[in-house]
Amino acid sequence: MSAHGAAPTHVAGHAAVHGPHRNYIKIWAILMVLLFISVAGPFAGIRLVTLITAFGVALVKAYMVAKNFMHLDVEKPIIRWLMVVALVLMVLMFSGLSPDVMKDHGRNWQKDEGFHPKATVGHHGAGSDSSHGATGH
Amino acid sequence: MSVKTIATTRSAMGMPTGRLAIWWVLVSEIVVFGGVLVSYIMHRLAHPEWAEQAAATNLWIGAFNTFVLLTSSLSAVLAHQAAEQGNGPKAARLLFATVGGGAVFLIVKSFEWTGEITHGFTIQSGGFWSYYYTAAGIHATHVLAGMLIMIWVARSALKNQDLHRVENVGIYWHFVDVVWIFLFPLLYIAK
Repeated sequence: MSAHGAAPTHVAGHAAVHGPHRNYIKIWAILMVLLFISVAGPFAGIRLVTLITAFGVALVKAYMVAKNFMHLDVEKPIIRWLMVVALVLMVLMFSGLSPDVMKDHGRNWQKDEGFHPKATVGHHGAGSDSSHGATGH
Repeated sequence: MSVKTIATTRSAMGMPTGRLAIWWVLVSEIVVFGGVLVSYIMHRLAHPEWAEQAAATNLWIGAFNTFVLLTSSLSAVLAHQAAEQGNGPKAARLLFATVGGGAVFLIVKSFEWTGEITHGFTIQSGGFWSYYYTAAGIHATHVLAGMLIMIWVARSALKNQDLHRVENVGIYWHFVDVVWIFLFPLLYIAK
C-alpha cells in the first residue's frame, strides 16, 4: 500500500500493516490471464490438463486474492491461524464423511434395501437421482 | 448523533475490533461454504454420472461472472487504498463501482437461472442441480448482502466518515470473490 504516512487517524496503523506497495492493476491483469487459462484448458480435451487449469489455477487465483487484495500476508498471525483452523475443519469433515459417501459398499456395510430413496421417475434428471440408489451396492 | 461504536474505538489482538470481527465472520463463512463445497466434491467423485448434468451449465456465463467479480474486487481494493489516503469521496465512488459489479453479477445470474429453469433444470432435477442451486444461491445471497452493506459504507465514506469500514467491507467482498473462484471450476468446468 502506498499510503504510508498519509493515513488519517481513523485508519492509523493500517498503512503500516499493509506493508509493501502493490500494483493492484497488474495483479488484476494476472488474474485475468489465469481466468483465460482456466477457460481455455478444457478445450485441450485432456482430462489432466483440465484438472490442472481448472483447479490448480483456481488455487493460485484464490491465493493471489487472499494475499494481495485481502492483505492476508501482512495480517496478524492470529488471523492466518484462524483461517488454517477453518480449513482443517473442512479436511476433517471430508475425512469423516467421505468413506460413507464415496465407498459405501463392502463386507461391513449393511444397508437395508430402501436405505436410499428410490429414484423419482420424472421428466428431467430422473436417472441422476438413481445415482443415490442402491443399485450396485 | 456522533456516538462511536466499539468497533471504531477499540483494538483487540493488535487490530481494530471491527477488522477482527470481520475475520471471525469469514471463519464461520469458510465453514458454511466449505461444508457445501466439500460435500459437493465428495458426491461428485462418487457419482461420475453427474457430469452429464453439469454439461448443461454454460461455461461462458460462468467465465463472464468470474471476470465481473474479479474486477469488482479490484475496485474494492482500490477503494481501500483511497480510504487509507484519506480520500473518502474517491473511496465511495469505487465502492459504488463495486456494487455495480455485484449488480451485473446478479443480473447475469438471474438470466442464467431463468434459462436453466425454463429448460427443466430445477433444484429437484438431480443431485448436481441440487448442489448447483444451493451453492450458487447461498453465494448470490452473500453478493447481495455485500452490496447492501457496501452502499451503507459508501454513504459514510462520501462524508469522509468511518473510512476504516471501507477495508472491512472490502475483505468480506474479496472472500465472496474467492468462494466464486472455486465454484466456477466446480460447477462450470468439471464436466
